[in-house]
Amino acid sequence: MEIVYVYVKKRSEFGKQCNFSDRQAELNIDIMPNPELAEQFVERNPVDTGIQCSVSMSEHEANTERFEMETRGVNHVEGGWPKDVNPLELEQTIRFRKKVEKDENYVNAIMQLGSIMEHCIKQNNAIDIYEEYFNDEEAVEVMEEAPSAKTINVFRDPQEIKRAATHLSWHPDGNRKLAVAYSCLDFQRAPVGMSSDSYIWDLENPNKPELALKPSSPLVTLEFNPKDSHVLLGGCYNGQIACWDTRKGSLVAELSTIEFSHRDPVYGTIWLQSKTGTECFSASTDGQVMWWDIRKMSEPTEVVIMDITKKEQLENALGAISLEFESTLPTKFMVGTEQGIIISCNRKAKTSAEKIVCTFPGHHGPVYALQRNPFYPKNFLTVGDWTARIWSEDSRESSIMWTKYHMAYLTDAAWSPTRPAVFFTTKMDGTLDIWDFVFKQCDPALSLKVCDEALFCLRVQDNGCLIACGSQLGTTTLLEVSPGLSTLQRNEKNVASSMFERETRREKILEARHREMRLKEKGKAEGRDEEQTDEDLAIDLEALVSKAEEEFFDIIFAELKKKEADAIKLTPMPQQPSPEEDQAVEEGEEAAGEGKSEEVEEDLA
Amino acid sequence: MEIGEEAEVEETLKRIQSHKGVIGTMVVNAEGIPIRTTLDNSTTVQYAGLLHHLTMKAKSTVRDIDPQNDLTFLRIRSKKHEIMVAPDKEYLLIVIQNPCE
Repeated sequence: MEIVYVYVKKRSEFGKQCNFSDRQAELNIDIMPNPELAEQFVERNPVDTGIQCSVSMSEHEANTERFEMETRGVNHVEGGWPKDVNPLELEQTIRFRKKVEKDENYVNAIMQLGSIMEHCIKQNNAIDIYEEYFNDEEAVEVMEEAPSAKTINVFRDPQEIKRAATHLSWHPDGNRKLAVAYSCLDFQRAPVGMSSDSYIWDLENPNKPELALKPSSPLVTLEFNPKDSHVLLGGCYNGQIACWDTRKGSLVAELSTIEFSHRDPVYGTIWLQSKTGTECFSASTDGQVMWWDIRKMSEPTEVVIMDITKKEQLENALGAISLEFESTLPTKFMVGTEQGIIISCNRKAKTSAEKIVCTFPGHHGPVYALQRNPFYPKNFLTVGDWTARIWSEDSRESSIMWTKYHMAYLTDAAWSPTRPAVFFTTKMDGTLDIWDFVFKQCDPALSLKVCDEALFCLRVQDNGCLIACGSQLGTTTLLEVSPGLSTLQRNEKNVASSMFERETRREKILEARHREMRLKEKGKAEGRDEEQTDEDLAIDLEALVSKAEEEFFDIIFAELKKKEADAIKLTPMPQQPSPEEDQAVEEGEEAAGEGKSEEVEEDLA
Repeated sequence: MEIGEEAEVEETLKRIQSHKGVIGTMVVNAEGIPIRTTLDNSTTVQYAGLLHHLTMKAKSTVRDIDPQNDLTFLRIRSKKHEIMVAPDKEYLLIVIQNPCE
């Protein structure tokens, strides 16, 4: 619809000036306030009003998306030949070169440069101006500095659902790479959708793992083959053993058949020293230790059951949770069990029963780590419950040295490969302790809080300087220790060996004393009457209880009789001679009220 | 005369190569073409490319500090050996020496 306004003006009036006239103000409308509306409002007192004199501003943040960059280099293969020369044609290039060599500029330049160059070459040959002076004396300074360690790098699990880093292994050549096994060790509490990948990290690149290993079930342990650095051995959560070749990719190269594998997660896998470099063995909490050859993974080559009663019963077997093997002692190996006992075994024994040589009492809880001292293999370090203990093979009753009980559970331990008296331990509260027992015996030489969550595993690099530790959220931290803790001190080997020997001797003396005392007791016991000994032995809880009951009732009856006598004196009231329990107890309480009857009550109750 | 000088050049280069500890000698022009080299082609081209830039940078550094100065020689000492570069307007004389002590 068009709205049209017709504006009419006489033509004679066009261009006429405007005449304005005054007029009074006109009231168009007058709306009075309506007090009734006020009823609908409630007065607000006080009122908060903001007063601001300045310019109002707002703050905004913007974060760009993370831009992934890769650095790549370009390498030239061939120089910048002029257009007419084809670099592939030998003739043409030779011709070009000959032409240049005839050039006068070239000749002069070379003569001049040649003489300068010769001067410097001769200089180099005369004196090595960059040699290290005072090389020998540097060793002395190192001892004075306080032990310290600093974090160099942190490798985080790239997966969203975080898993614990349960095992670490350094690359055997040059230690530039680290293999980390990730899995969730909470029994049946692994979150749905958790990836079973484990990674190999290159130390230079903490943002992205170098290679992902994809097994069918998460890996609990992972080890590089010390002879062939491309081959890795992994123990799975479902009991299978898997083998990878990094040249072939991330999928499993060899996998053991599930019927012949372990029935529980594989907690320890170690490569053996063999000519072929393909032998390994594994241990699990199902109580078996199996030997494998990775060329034929369908069946283990040998199985030993960790039954210390030597009856080969799987039901009696102790679950193995750590495994130890030293290549200098190729026939012996040790197993740390879930029950806290450490079993030392000999692989070359003739009968299966003789494979288990001896046991050590170990800890109150599972022995999470077990390692021989690289310098003195007769002594080994174990960790479990809240202490770390050092044992000697000669002393089988108890450990020769031990730490005090800590506040947090110890999860892993390792000796330093360069210093015989230094070892590292990790705890559930995320601290890493460095112990140096030639320096301080009661406390760690250095205690570092690495992260807030529990640390599960620890591995020292062969040079003794770098330590990698894995935590519950899959974060692997790389630390470097001060050179004082990784270089061999002057007298250290002698001091450490003498300490070990002294403690071993002390334990032996104590053991001998204990044995003497036990023999004496046995002798005393045999001297007494046999019946008496039987009676003595038979004093168990029931006899004590019946005796206590008798005493109790005697007291009650005595009191009742007294009351009866009194009652008869005052009023002849019949009273029940056989007391009901509560009445008797109450009366007993009222009447006796001594410590003895209270004790008796307690026994009854 | 030119032929005589060429022979001198030959002799100079041969003498440099025969010094104790010298691993390789090469003459490269400004475009990275190896004129004379005792090492294989790919290594030579790699050295040429990388050292050319470094020499230019060093030269400009020296001249920035003092415009009347100029780069005469560049020595790079590494763990394994020493790389010595003598720059010219058009050519580079590179010698790799292992100072054995």
